[in-house]
Amino acid sequence: MSARPPLLTLSHISHHFGAAPVLDDVSLAVRAGEVHALLGENGAGKTTLMRIATGAIAARDGSVAREAPVAMVHQHFTSIPAFTVAENLALAAGWPHGGPRGRDRAAELIARIGLPLDPTARVDGLSVQLRQRLEIAQALATSARVLLLDEPTAVLAPREVAELLSLVRRLAAEGAAIVLISHKLAEVLEVADTVTVLRAGRVTLHGPMAGQTAASLSEAMIGGAMPPREVTLPAPGGGEPRVRLGPPLVADAPLVLHSGDVVGIAAIEGNGQRDLLRAIAGHRALAGVEVEGTTGLVPEDRGLEGLIGGFTLTENLLLAEVRDGPAWLGWGALEERTATLLTRWDVRGGTPRSAARALSGGNQQKFILGRTLGQAPDVVVAEDPTRGLDVAATAEVHARLRTAAAEGACVVVHASDLDEVRSLATRLLVMHEGVVRELPRDTPRASVGDAMLGLPA
Amino acid sequence: MSDDAILIGFGAATVRVATPLLLAALGETVSERGGVLNLGIEGAMLGGALGAAVGAAQGSAVVGLALAVAAGLVAALLLAAVSVWGRADQIIAGTAVTLAAVGVTGLVAQRTFGSAGAGLELATLQPVEVPLLGAIPVVGPVLFRQSLLTYLGYLLIPLTWWLLYRTRFGLELRASGEAPTSARAAGVAVRWRRTAGALLGGALAGLGGASLVLAQVGTFTEKMTAGRGFIAIAIVVLGRWHPGGVALAALLFGAATALQYLVQASGLGGVPWQLLLALPYLLALVALASAVGRARAPAGLARDDQEES
Amino acid sequence: MNTTVVSRRAAVPDLVLTLGAFLLGLALLLAFLSVAGFDAAAGLAALWRGAFGSRYALLSATLVPAAPLLLLGLAFALAARAGALNIGMEGQFAMGAIGATWVGLAVGGWSPLLAIPAVLAAGLVAGAAWIVVPVVLRWRFGVTEVISTLLLNFVAEAAVSWAVTGPLQEASRSYPQSDPIAMSARLPRLLPPDRVHLGFVVALAIAAVLWVILARHRLGFVWRAVGASPRAATVTGRLPVERVAATVLLLSGALAGLGGAIEVSGVSAALYQNLSPGYGFTAIAVALLGRLHPAGIVVAAILFGALQAGAGAMQRDAGIPAVAVHVVQAVVILVMLLATRRRG
Repeated sequence: MSARPPLLTLSHISHHFGAAPVLDDVSLAVRAGEVHALLGENGAGKTTLMRIATGAIAARDGSVAREAPVAMVHQHFTSIPAFTVAENLALAAGWPHGGPRGRDRAAELIARIGLPLDPTARVDGLSVQLRQRLEIAQALATSARVLLLDEPTAVLAPREVAELLSLVRRLAAEGAAIVLISHKLAEVLEVADTVTVLRAGRVTLHGPMAGQTAASLSEAMIGGAMPPREVTLPAPGGGEPRVRLGPPLVADAPLVLHSGDVVGIAAIEGNGQRDLLRAIAGHRALAGVEVEGTTGLVPEDRGLEGLIGGFTLTENLLLAEVRDGPAWLGWGALEERTATLLTRWDVRGGTPRSAARALSGGNQQKFILGRTLGQAPDVVVAEDPTRGLDVAATAEVHARLRTAAAEGACVVVHASDLDEVRSLATRLLVMHEGVVRELPRDTPRASVGDAMLGLPA
Repeated sequence: MSDDAILIGFGAATVRVATPLLLAALGETVSERGGVLNLGIEGAMLGGALGAAVGAAQGSAVVGLALAVAAGLVAALLLAAVSVWGRADQIIAGTAVTLAAVGVTGLVAQRTFGSAGAGLELATLQPVEVPLLGAIPVVGPVLFRQSLLTYLGYLLIPLTWWLLYRTRFGLELRASGEAPTSARAAGVAVRWRRTAGALLGGALAGLGGASLVLAQVGTFTEKMTAGRGFIAIAIVVLGRWHPGGVALAALLFGAATALQYLVQASGLGGVPWQLLLALPYLLALVALASAVGRARAPAGLARDDQEES
Repeated sequence: MNTTVVSRRAAVPDLVLTLGAFLLGLALLLAFLSVAGFDAAAGLAALWRGAFGSRYALLSATLVPAAPLLLLGLAFALAARAGALNIGMEGQFAMGAIGATWVGLAVGGWSPLLAIPAVLAAGLVAGAAWIVVPVVLRWRFGVTEVISTLLLNFVAEAAVSWAVTGPLQEASRSYPQSDPIAMSARLPRLLPPDRVHLGFVVALAIAAVLWVILARHRLGFVWRAVGASPRAATVTGRLPVERVAATVLLLSGALAGLGGAIEVSGVSAALYQNLSPGYGFTAIAVALLGRLHPAGIVVAAILFGALQAGAGAMQRDAGIPAVAVHVVQAVVILVMLLATRRRG
């Protein structure tokens, strides 16, 4: 295999945004038939490196050699929901149009790759798993032979992950070169031939996967990064009852969530968890949900739902309390309270008069958490609270949520990453097709995955 | 008059009055499929009307048509420059384009025709009977004894469909209107596609204005389009952004306007004429309310091409 | 319309930009006039004479159209701040004028202290009523208010035409206009014999109230939040976004209707067709030139009042059609859109 020439070679790439170095002398080569894992925490520089590989941005230093077309499969879907599968493929591939001939070519391509897609189906009717297959088909439709897959398993259930990984192996066997970007060690250990690990823009490990272990990869990824702060939590179920989930949400006995609980909800996209979370937060009604006490929400989409980007941080603090606030606004007092929040929650990069959009994602999230938890709600709902945060910010958010539980809140968390749910929560709920059930916290990962797919335990 | 004659007169008037709406609405369909909601379409029609009148006053309807297309293009170009390339709010920019057109056409008309107006002796487009088809009873005189611009409208219905659904340009245009970010990721030059869509829309709106002057009214007056551009926008919604639906919706509005002639002919005296005047606008409101929910606008319509939805 | 919203609370309007955009519009108009073969210099001279050239020009011409322009500009800005676009002010103005005339004809025996408020209230109610249909269409059917308010302008035009040839036609039934409204229902002039009337003061007072609400009251903040990000306002603010939008649209319609009422009560004293020379659209330029800020809108309304007054003089003295001012309005709108658009 190493006899084959590399299809993509990145040599001594360095890059920086403003004064901040993002990549420092990174080299990487991928050969046909090879699955190359690119590992690193959020912010390690993986995405920037891949954008340089596709040519989306030009590196400040170093060279890129492409022996074959390179295509990136993004974590966020790029297919157009109102278009058919054939139209999306035609658009990506540069075919004349998505009409009858486009449909034939789409059917041919889909058959060749072995994807279960109907060329005439509209994309907004497809499942998440099929939409992801379409993303891969779109990349292949460009006749790319180098595929960069950015966290492709983040949106999938464990069983679907296995199917995706076997597809990846098959594509490699047919001569493609694949870069698999991930931070999930078990997956890459299973599928990759070679590995490159980035930490803070530098290569900390590079070589064949054989001989690596989860521990050695983790060491290379995180290095001396601090472990999460330990917070002592009360025993689950010991506090005041706060949330009661009854039929039709549960099949048998109602579930009661208490103050002091950190409740993790595991579910695949589109199984009703969003409605459940919003209902617990008091934003909508849902049969079977009863909540006692005040609620606070850390919404999934920071930039669009949690903050108004063009408003100042003071205005964003006011936003969360204006509904029940006094008629006349005291801006002076509000600014002082904002300043206190920024100090207490270690929000950096802004003053009370800075626009919210000037803050980094991690600092925005700390601001939102501080704002929500500052109201000391009895129930805290956090939707994917660490999405896009680096390792330090993630640890900080976890610690804050656990502290809130220790201080008497009932914390309900959903994260798209099952491992995060398992590590953070003291109680584990699984939701499938609108029905919730509780699993013991020490349930093996694969069994949780089966439960998420609705398979019997 | 016999009932048949009234019916045929009504039908022919419907098609005649629907023609400017059809041309403008087909153009707006293309524009909106690309993501550009052009409230300057009223201005483009007005410019087209003046262009046609100026050309016709020189004795040539063809020069009039060319000037009409040019005027529509200028109006659309202004909107595209400000809202597609300058990323300003499409709706308000379109309103400004219409305002500019009112001012400019007023000035140019004053300069060209003096305060007396354009007069009624313009070189107009007379109805042309299509051989064979024109001889079919009822259908012939209604559909096939019309001006050439009406026949152009008939042709543009399948042509627009073909452009949107059977060409690479149409695919990229629709992608630019649905999901500009995805389109850009697929290598589409979104702003150029949007500009092209808006320009096509402007050209057709200009032709619509021309047909108003050359095949219907026969003269130019200030603000003579009287909201037809805005009605064309409602027609696009009612026609579900699809050329076939748009054609039917344009006919419906033509009928609402032609109703005035029918009412006059049949002597239903009690109805205030102002109510008939207001009828197409009221119909447009009903159409908007009934169309929503059944049809979905392009997801990127009237949105900036960088905006997250 | 979050592109042009000035997000900083109590932002001081940038007078340089405001004046610059206005002068640019004027310059482009003059250039266009020259190219089209008009006598631009004579036009400019007439414009100045008609707008600021004399005490009469200022107090009897410029400040008279400035009053409805101020009210309509505030009407547009109020809705735009909350993310709604009222492009139907022309129609609400007309309905306000009908309502004011109808009441003004009926209050002959009343004291002015009752008659004038009654007439103004009629304008407010009629203007708000005229936007009820777009509000319901938006709320119940999701129809954008942009097109519905715009279409209703043409219906309102037909309604005025019907009123002045039907129920409100003057006694002799020969002219398309109403009888003069009662003397007690007419707004007094501020500095007789100059024509500027109490309506200008009413408009200024409303601008001041709106300024305070936008800067200091929770209502103003709620409007701005809904306008800047409906989703964040819903999720984080837990605000009833659609209800807020409906409220501001009704208020916007009411202010535009009040504009029609003060025009009847303070200037025309009767209902005519084409009472408004396009105030409903000029006001969009006014609001944008004032950067949607009440203080800025006061300045912009006076500038456009001057333009309106000057246009009359231009038509009389230099033979340049008054519709030419629309070119200035269009340029001002486009320049302000480009100057205040969101970056990024």
